[in-house]
Amino acid sequence: MAKTVKLLQGNEACAQGAVYAGCRFFAGYPITPSSEIAEILAASLPRVGGRFIQMEDELASIAAIIGASLAGKKSMTATSGPGFSLMQENIGFACITEIPVVIVNVMRGGPSTGMPTAPGQGDIMQAKWGTQGDHPAVTMAPDSVGEFFTETIRAFNAAEKLRTPVIVLTDEIVAHTREKVEIPEPGEIPVEDRIKPSVGPADYKPYDTKFGDVPPMANFGDGYRFHVTGLVHAEDGFPTNEPDIIESQERRIIRKVEEAVPWLSKNEEFMLGDAEVALVAVGSTARAAKMAAEEAREKGVRAGVFRPVTLWPFPHERLKELAGSVKRIIVAEMNLGQIVGEVERSVCGSVEVTCLNQVNGESISPRSLCSAMVGEVQP
Amino acid sequence: MSFDYTKYLRTEHLPHLWCPGCTHGIVMKSFLRVVDSLGLNQDETVVVSGIGCASRLPGYVDFCTLHTTHGRALPFATGIKLARPELTVVVVSGDGDALAIGGNHFIHACRRNIDLTLIIFNNSVYGMTGGQYSPTTDHGMFSSTTPYGNPDHAFDAGALAMAAGATFVARTTAYHVRQMDKLIGQAVQHSGFSVVEVLEACYTNFGRRNKQLFKSNMDMLMDLKKKAVPVEKARKLAPKEMEGKYETGLLYEVGRPGYIECCDDMIGRKQEG
Amino acid sequence: MGRRTEVRLAGSGGQGLILAGVILAEAATIYDEKNAVQSQSYGPEARGGASRAEVIISDADIEYPKATELDILLCLTQESCDRYVQDLKPGGLLLVDRDEVNEIKAAREAEVKVVKIPIISTAKEKIGKALVANIVALGALVQITRVVTKDALKNAVLGRVPKGTEDLNLNALESGFELGREYKKT
Repeated sequence: MAKTVKLLQGNEACAQGAVYAGCRFFAGYPITPSSEIAEILAASLPRVGGRFIQMEDELASIAAIIGASLAGKKSMTATSGPGFSLMQENIGFACITEIPVVIVNVMRGGPSTGMPTAPGQGDIMQAKWGTQGDHPAVTMAPDSVGEFFTETIRAFNAAEKLRTPVIVLTDEIVAHTREKVEIPEPGEIPVEDRIKPSVGPADYKPYDTKFGDVPPMANFGDGYRFHVTGLVHAEDGFPTNEPDIIESQERRIIRKVEEAVPWLSKNEEFMLGDAEVALVAVGSTARAAKMAAEEAREKGVRAGVFRPVTLWPFPHERLKELAGSVKRIIVAEMNLGQIVGEVERSVCGSVEVTCLNQVNGESISPRSLCSAMVGEVQP
Repeated sequence: MSFDYTKYLRTEHLPHLWCPGCTHGIVMKSFLRVVDSLGLNQDETVVVSGIGCASRLPGYVDFCTLHTTHGRALPFATGIKLARPELTVVVVSGDGDALAIGGNHFIHACRRNIDLTLIIFNNSVYGMTGGQYSPTTDHGMFSSTTPYGNPDHAFDAGALAMAAGATFVARTTAYHVRQMDKLIGQAVQHSGFSVVEVLEACYTNFGRRNKQLFKSNMDMLMDLKKKAVPVEKARKLAPKEMEGKYETGLLYEVGRPGYIECCDDMIGRKQEG
Repeated sequence: MGRRTEVRLAGSGGQGLILAGVILAEAATIYDEKNAVQSQSYGPEARGGASRAEVIISDADIEYPKATELDILLCLTQESCDRYVQDLKPGGLLLVDRDEVNEIKAAREAEVKVVKIPIISTAKEKIGKALVANIVALGALVQITRVVTKDALKNAVLGRVPKGTEDLNLNALESGFELGREYKKT
């Protein structure tokens, strides 16, 4: 059967991916360069029995989607850096209460109002450490329109399977570029739903570890009465001051994500087989890197690209292996050095790691990446 | 026969953390009597709160309960109601929670007219953090952050709600328990966004710092009684006669289609139920 | 690496250049079954201000989605020509509106192929609507470069324009083809 091929804008693909994944509630606040996601879902959600609401700010938007998810609807919001900062407190709330939601952050140049219509990658660490306290972080980082579609689905699946908020982190270039996308048929990409309780209301505990590190989740309105709080809580959901319980619950919400790494982690490895130089980049920067690697090879430098698609948890293990086969690693990012620290931690000084940074609102060009590679390996 | 609260209380999580003499328990019990008299199904009743003394209430009552972040109870409740319009959703919030950090959500919830009930537990002070002044602390009053008296002026939550478009606005006090039952009952039954402001007394963190006025919690309760003027009477009085007093009762009620109803009409969907 | 053809459409906001970019990309991807990416840069203005759309077309996968060295540059304003002519590669095509662009940097004029045609006045006078200058421009651009097939372009135009404006836009497209043919004869 012929595939449905469409020319879609990144934000459009994200919105369609969300609906494909079963998203039925969106709350958001307008912000460039993410607003098209809200506009499209405002039109499309009612057609599939879902609801859209424009809230008064980003604080309210994230709160509303957590509430809707707790009442059983797969929920999403979309924003950019300034709004993402406003959402941080409640991202932590979703982490500790283990309520699945998806937050899309289309990065623009920062800090502050920064460059609303220009790309940046300054929120790499905000996605990991933006909310206070120790908490799990799951982040997908698509680099193309097609991948913005599929990674949004993967984000919903991971959120549901892990009962945790998942961030889709991309940049203005991916969000506003139009590309050819093959739209999958319903059922072609698996869609996951949260695990429902197998016990009756009388025996239900919202954080019952008897069922593993990801406890089954009841929804409000399904006949289960339980308490949800952002205070540290025991298995029954009520606040506790017991150090042993606090410690074990806190470690569990981190561990459930760490243990998911085998299926959660995803990287793209581009011409790395025989590479002597590896470029590490995410999002649209990785696309410049791939073009640069091809050019470098034409100039006699065996270059390749390593791109984390799952940005958090960071692929430390794979990079450690890679350090054994390449001579140099160059980290390219549209910020002044965020991913590079993670790469350095991965390789522990076993190969030289340098970085190429740019924060002028323009994407890093393949040419400058190519000369960094060609220049560096020449004796 | 006296009312049996245990059906609606999570007795294993009592005693509550409220101080002796605190009036929050009076409001909680009023709410439970309302639930009972309206025959609400506990599985289909959601109680949402933010942060503060009053916001600990959901932990003690046996419904679907959600204790959220400071100021954000209303948007959480909005998400729940939109996801499952058939649920009865009640928000309990202190004066700081509802009117300071959550003030923006408050006015927009009024404007939007989603079918939620907000009970504001207004004791004019941040109790949980140790008695700092709030947006409803009267001018000149002492608190832990107004050691020379409060230079600010207080919000009138009822007037604010009306101006912002709420379709049901009521005020009562912790002294007027029968009126409280009636107004909370009407508010829960009202279709659209309803606000009940309950004026309360916090002796531990407020009365104690204003000993020139209050020697005890009872003094504070009698003060609530003294200053309350039924709305029917108040509206006949000259503004001068109302100085230092407040209207109580049903301040405003109007029928207006709610957000969900309007959405469903506009997208041509047949309303469920 | 596949051969990429890089096209930039530049002018001012409200001239419909982003839509023109989308149409060109749809012609390439949906109707000619090639690969294309379309992107734009824009400022805070909804109308006026500088506007540019880019389309990269290739038989192979397109990695970097932005232009690196332009094959084709369309300029509908003097300002856009001044700004972008340096991005055109030697031998590239500079297509400008004859009435709007009066001056081309001399150093570049010798290195690139310059085509001056009356795009906006054709839209205004022949079609009767300045609004369709973007479609006239696309017609001329494709007639000269064949960066996509003319059929694909026609289908893409019909697929994108509002209902009831099909004839208007097809006329505009034909006028663009005509401008391109006339240029080729000279």
